[in-house]
Amino acid sequence: MREAIRRRLFFVFGGIFFLSFCYAVVDLPPWGDYRGPYGDVISRVGVYERHATDAVNAINYDYRAFDTLGEEFILFTAVLGVMMLLRREEGASTQDAGRVEDRLRLSTTVRATAMPAIVFTVVFGFYIGLHGQLTPGGGFQAGVILASVPFLLYVCENTETFRRVTSHSAAEVIEALGAGAYALIGLTPLFLGMPFLTNFLPLGATGDVFSSGTIALISACVGVEVTAAFLLVGYTYLEEIITGEIPEE
Amino acid sequence: MTWVGAGLLLLVAVTGLGVVRTRDVTSQVIALSFYGVLMALVFFFFQAPDVALSQITVGAVALPLMVMLAISRMRYRKSAQRKMGERDA
Amino acid sequence: MPNLLHLLPYLVSAWLFLCGLYGLISSKHLVHSVVCLAILQSSTYILLLGIGYRLGGAAPIFADIAPGTPTVDPVVQALMLTDVVVEAVVVALLLAMVVKAHEKSGTVSPDELRSLRG
Repeated sequence: MREAIRRRLFFVFGGIFFLSFCYAVVDLPPWGDYRGPYGDVISRVGVYERHATDAVNAINYDYRAFDTLGEEFILFTAVLGVMMLLRREEGASTQDAGRVEDRLRLSTTVRATAMPAIVFTVVFGFYIGLHGQLTPGGGFQAGVILASVPFLLYVCENTETFRRVTSHSAAEVIEALGAGAYALIGLTPLFLGMPFLTNFLPLGATGDVFSSGTIALISACVGVEVTAAFLLVGYTYLEEIITGEIPEE
Repeated sequence: MTWVGAGLLLLVAVTGLGVVRTRDVTSQVIALSFYGVLMALVFFFFQAPDVALSQITVGAVALPLMVMLAISRMRYRKSAQRKMGERDA
Repeated sequence: MPNLLHLLPYLVSAWLFLCGLYGLISSKHLVHSVVCLAILQSSTYILLLGIGYRLGGAAPIFADIAPGTPTVDPVVQALMLTDVVVEAVVVALLLAMVVKAHEKSGTVSPDELRSLRG
């Protein structure tokens, strides 16, 4: 339908939606009046049961680890989809379209400030990933931070350095290993006679880095997988630009 | 609900409209990055540091990066096809 | 009036939803519509957080407060972490489809791409 009709219909129905939403929301309990039981239960017993001071990560990697397993497989499948859509077939004929030359010689200032930034980012990424059970953070955030490092390198150095640092096949293998390790950590309690994804490792002392059993381990697996996944997605988008070959029509 | 919180939420509403109304996709990437950082601030106001960290990394780093890479790939393909057309012609 | 101030998170969430929807339907560039989809998804974050908030509650990190002090709801925050991950992943896959559509047909306008060619 025509553009103008579409917009007018949208305004009409959007207005109806907004009014009915207001009508629905007006009678809710006052904002900030939290009555639900589960949050209070986890606040009270979470630290004692799991020796993890970060309640959100304890829920994500222990109480509801099954949902996080599904989320990791969503990530895996989506990266698979991106690669299937955008990868060239093996042995397809390519024609050289000319690589994007690194015409810009970056100033020394940019490179001098980017290198400490990269070092700091790597250290920070590992810190966030290892302390998932103690402070806000955990595997996923650390994975994205670490995955941004090669792209920072690409932006402030030239393409050759980026190609030398990243390896496509290694990233594929590491991503699969991360996702598989999570599933294996879930399967191991089955052999020990406990339900799937039980926290079966010794819990350790609260506040230690090596505490809370499988939470730290699962967090590390998730971090590894997410790093490799984002690296793969970015590399798949960039591949044509870096190599300069586009498939023949 | 303090005034700071109300101000932040109104700012988010305005910025959301701003991101949608930006038609040029390259400018929209920058607006999306700003929107991501603003949402992370709102999450801090809501006492959710874990989600705020996630939102900063995803919404201000990973998402604009992916959009930018997709745009540059499409532009490269277009310019390469044009160069091929000129070379063959 | 205090009532409106207390309804603000929900209203902002509905407003963001409508903004994202408006961007989707009036978009002339597929990448623009994908970004508007991301705005649409982010409206649910504010709604969820607004539901789980407790006045005067602390963040649910017990590294420096004693367990049992009133905190905001950590379950809703765990839901939202998954939500943020799924948003990034959906945008990645949609952008791959947009790039592929551009390769096959040479255009990124949704109006021109409307008819499916066999």
